[in-house]
Amino acid sequence: MTAPISGPISGAKPSGWKANQRKLAPWLFLTPGVLMFMVYVIMPIFQSMWISFYDWDGLGAKTWIGIANYVELIDDEAFYTSFKNNILWLLLYMLAVPAGLMIAIFLNQTIRGMRFYKSLFFFPFVISQVVVGLMFSWFYAPNFGLLYNLIEWLTGSGIAILADERYVTYGIIAAGLWPQIAYVMILYLTGLNNVAPDQIEAARLDGAKGWKMLWYVIIPQLRPATFIAVVVTVIGALRSFDLVSVMTDGGPYGSSRVLSFYMYEKALSEYGFRMGYGAAIAVVLFAIMMVFISGFIWKMWRDETER
Amino acid sequence: MFPRPIEQASPAKQWLYTAAVPLALFLWLLPLLGVAVTSLRPASDLAAGNYFGLPSHLAFENYLDVFRNTPMGQYILNSFKVTLPTVIGAVGLSCMTGFALAVYRFPSNLIIFFMFVAGNFVPFQILMVPVRDLTVQMGMYNTWYGLALFHIAFQSGFCTLFMRNFIKSLPFELIEAARVEGVAEWRIFWFIVLPLMRPAIAALSVLVFTFIWNDFFWATVLTSSPDTQPVTAGLSSLNGQWIAQWQLVSAGSILAALPPVLMFFAMQKHFIAGLTLGAVK
Repeated sequence: MTAPISGPISGAKPSGWKANQRKLAPWLFLTPGVLMFMVYVIMPIFQSMWISFYDWDGLGAKTWIGIANYVELIDDEAFYTSFKNNILWLLLYMLAVPAGLMIAIFLNQTIRGMRFYKSLFFFPFVISQVVVGLMFSWFYAPNFGLLYNLIEWLTGSGIAILADERYVTYGIIAAGLWPQIAYVMILYLTGLNNVAPDQIEAARLDGAKGWKMLWYVIIPQLRPATFIAVVVTVIGALRSFDLVSVMTDGGPYGSSRVLSFYMYEKALSEYGFRMGYGAAIAVVLFAIMMVFISGFIWKMWRDETER
Repeated sequence: MFPRPIEQASPAKQWLYTAAVPLALFLWLLPLLGVAVTSLRPASDLAAGNYFGLPSHLAFENYLDVFRNTPMGQYILNSFKVTLPTVIGAVGLSCMTGFALAVYRFPSNLIIFFMFVAGNFVPFQILMVPVRDLTVQMGMYNTWYGLALFHIAFQSGFCTLFMRNFIKSLPFELIEAARVEGVAEWRIFWFIVLPLMRPAIAALSVLVFTFIWNDFFWATVLTSSPDTQPVTAGLSSLNGQWIAQWQLVSAGSILAALPPVLMFFAMQKHFIAGLTLGAVK
């Protein structure tokens, strides 16, 4: 019987690799992922900030111009239009949260075929935003679009939503809400599934029902789902690029631009390769996003360290 | 259960509910149904103003037209060439980073974790100019691997968040027991933790597949010609050429949407489990 003796002896000997293995291992596992994330995500953030102080066409030499790009932004009308539209997106996109909750409550039953209905309700989220944009362009199209005809039938004259400066942004936001509501709905359906049944029963015995029950018993229990729903909705609203690009290309007359689209237009489209100016717009968008990101991170950090 | 189960309501209300759900679904999917029907409508119907009636015949030739007269087949192939390596790469990398961040305690653990989380939220535009420049300089502009490489890096942010939280929820005693037995760390990862991660790997794979398949922004920034463009970018440029040929636009849209939709129906449980991670505590 030599095995039991050799165990403690070899364990007591703190030889190089074996002893340090547990210290070294996490770094070996982390290196490839962290390296790629650094190169493609973290560093570019700072590079963009740096580039925003230059005049650069993407090919030739960069010229340092200090804060001139930012100064130009202050007098750029298109920038304000985009900024205003971004705020509009943020505000109206938030409707996805209550709307998703309502649909989730509506569907939280167990009639026959419910699973199938639920997955079809979720459907819009799976589809690419490019396709969603094309679908809604068809839906809004003058003369033969379904919605156009519906409005014409109701009011006597149709509205070409995507060609009208007054309505175009609302039309695109509505298209964006479609998949977003589906996403929020699925979050809340999962949340509702996990609401403690005994609390509901107890509240029922106390006479709570309907809105009171929803507000005082259900919604507080749905807090984790609400947090995620708000996070993904804010991010979704500020990332809105695909729909604007596909449905209107920023028009008519630039009235449906958002910052993400305007940045792309300045930096890469045929209107000129102004990388520095584009980067400055991106920095502004990043700053707006940072307000929200820090909020999320702060909350998640608290949850992590409290455990 | 909230709301009160419909079985407890009066028969009239129950009947009303069973009728209301399909009706609501019909209205909800109206834009999709409209496009699906239009994709099967012959061009002559549209020219004659038959937009809403039944198609005079089911025009499957629209789909053939799309394949014959446009590079749609190539676009779809390109999408697969970008999407599949990204799924493998991002999920593979994040199995490792998630494992490292969930199992080991070291001082910068949380900081690295939150770097991944925060990076995952940033607007794409702040990355656009440097990433495009980097890709051009590496000679990977307008290639499927240039696009896939970026996607792998960016998606590893979300995937790490996901994997780390999943591994944290596994019983830690398993790893402790293995360590007492003197099992090497990489063997713990490979033989003990990885097999338990199967559901997370499945969920992440379907999610990443859908995200990347549907990506449009990076496709337009990093690719430019039909032989490398994925289907989202391809569809958008075809849309510019097919002015008012809605039967073709519709058929193209349905084709572009099909792979993630099939994926979703095949792997529904995993998909939803992945999306709603963290929605319950």
